[in-house]
Amino acid sequence: MTSASASSSATGSEASASAAEADGTAGPRPARTLRAGPLAAGLAVALVLALTAAVSLGAVDVPPGEVWSVVARRLTGRAQEPGTRDLIVWQLRVPRALLAAVVGAGLGLVGTAVQALVRNPLADPYLLGISSGASLGAVATIVLGTTLGLDLSFGSALGLTVSLAAFAGALGAFSLVWLLARRGGGFSPLRLVLAGIGIAQFLGGITSYLVLQTSDEQQTRGVLFWLMGSLGGAVWAQLAVPAAAVALGLALLQARARGLNAMLMGDETAAGLGVDVTRLRREIFVVTSVLTGVLVAVSGAIGFVGLMVPHVCRLLVGGDHRRLLPLSALTGALLLVVVDTLARTALDGQELPIGVVTAVLGAPTLLYLLDRRLERN
Amino acid sequence: MRIAVKDLSVALAGRTVVAGVHLVAKEGEIAGLVGPNGSGKSSLLRTVYRHLRPSAGRVLLAGRELGELSPAQSARHIAALPQERGGDFELTVREVVAMGRTPYKRAFAADDAEDHRIVADALVRVGMADAAGRRFAQLSGGERQRVLLARALAQQPDVLVLDEPTNHLDVRHQVELLALLREQRRTTLVALHDLNAAASVCDRLHVLHRGVLVASGAPRDVLTAELLAEVFGVRAAVVEHPLTGDPLIAFDHRTPARPADGQPTPDRDRQTIS
Repeated sequence: MTSASASSSATGSEASASAAEADGTAGPRPARTLRAGPLAAGLAVALVLALTAAVSLGAVDVPPGEVWSVVARRLTGRAQEPGTRDLIVWQLRVPRALLAAVVGAGLGLVGTAVQALVRNPLADPYLLGISSGASLGAVATIVLGTTLGLDLSFGSALGLTVSLAAFAGALGAFSLVWLLARRGGGFSPLRLVLAGIGIAQFLGGITSYLVLQTSDEQQTRGVLFWLMGSLGGAVWAQLAVPAAAVALGLALLQARARGLNAMLMGDETAAGLGVDVTRLRREIFVVTSVLTGVLVAVSGAIGFVGLMVPHVCRLLVGGDHRRLLPLSALTGALLLVVVDTLARTALDGQELPIGVVTAVLGAPTLLYLLDRRLERN
Repeated sequence: MRIAVKDLSVALAGRTVVAGVHLVAKEGEIAGLVGPNGSGKSSLLRTVYRHLRPSAGRVLLAGRELGELSPAQSARHIAALPQERGGDFELTVREVVAMGRTPYKRAFAADDAEDHRIVADALVRVGMADAAGRRFAQLSGGERQRVLLARALAQQPDVLVLDEPTNHLDVRHQVELLALLREQRRTTLVALHDLNAAASVCDRLHVLHRGVLVASGAPRDVLTAELLAEVFGVRAAVVEHPLTGDPLIAFDHRTPARPADGQPTPDRDRQTIS
């Protein structure tokens, strides 16, 4: 009796398993592609751990437990007479770690969207000339400011002016690229890329000229900040705008994820699927440009993150933007928090420019990924 | 659903590439578009799947003007298989076919059980169910076209529009794909280079020459030696196919082609930089 009931329940579970197969949910999946949900959860956990490590490590090591107790005390408003370590954690390291996460998320997101926008997996957030405009705005302001004897170093009251000038420069570059790319009515990928590269070279030339004109050391440091990118100036006051921009950008892009998928196959295919390609491309261009402008304004042009993250994520979860966009944001955040911690702590008493670390780690990783991909094909 | 093109003209960069074309594909009919390169076939089809806007004239879907519908609305009725190959962005076959659900979905909406069923069904219909998890970019040309047809079917369209679907396919895959197309029994508008394939698959043929419609009718009425000489500039005999009874065009590959009346036109069927 018992054996009969056991065997019938076994057949029952087999039947349900084969039903799951038949409806396609358990069909053959490519081995490389992971489930997006668990992966996102894993990344989120890793991000929290990385943030903790980022705040904990540095010239003065603060144990993780103390990090969280400082955070808890501050968040509940029970901080009285903060000590030095409290100040280091709350005023210096937490904003910096959070800015790294926000900027990394933004760069990963924009990289993914721009690659779909111009249908080229080698595109990055800086391809369309936006960062060159931001750099020019910042550098011009720094040079002009020092000539006038103003203190524009990061974190100073006028440091914000540089960020605003960078953002204005980004918008200026965006307008130029827009005007050039829309001629002929198109916004075709090739037009966007050509206009972007042209404007980037043009503005880069002016920036180089200004850099050559700088003589004093402080100016050169300020200028290098913009050209290589840094999270060193992170302050609480400058977190809200980029965080809101990244959240809004993610929402706007996620709402267009199906359209982005369709655009990967080609403009005609997308049109046949009921996507208004010209309008979609215009919207994506605006969203990615504004977001890039905001990111560059607070952190300079940090390279390689926006190029590498989409590739890593595509290898992990495939090319569907509904999964790819949020995962690019998470992966970008994790990557930049880790990289910035390395940049701060790798050398004793000296901070490496973060752009140097992303390039040194990023270029070989990217080459490895692309090579593997070519071999598979 | 019936689709009609009325007095349709298309201009690209100020140049007229389709001029005043009238044609109708009746409910369930396969209407073939034939003509030399640059005759305007692709441009005409692009106005039907709304990649291009006509410079004059109208496209009517069951009597309703296409321009009155939103792009998503018309994509629920008309599915296209253009000539594009798409980039390699790590998409799986299932993801490509699921794109067919795009016109039915609002922002943020996930695929539901119904969508999964429609996608699985479309893959079964083109015989690619086993390939659902494979990477689209790694498929052969024939498999790829079948997957793209499945994507079009997942749109649950009343009208299929196909631009040279058999290009770059070997003869077996050409025969398979066209047989698959016939099985769908849907109103179909298809541009074909292979005149013999067009003769056996299409219910009616429409011949375009430099943007102008020069002949319409049943394949055996349209495909004559005179028309082939005039439009394509080639010498050919039209005989009866020994197996199917369809018109069979035997081309004379020894006599050099003369330019079809007047200057040869450059190949504008393919878009240049866009």
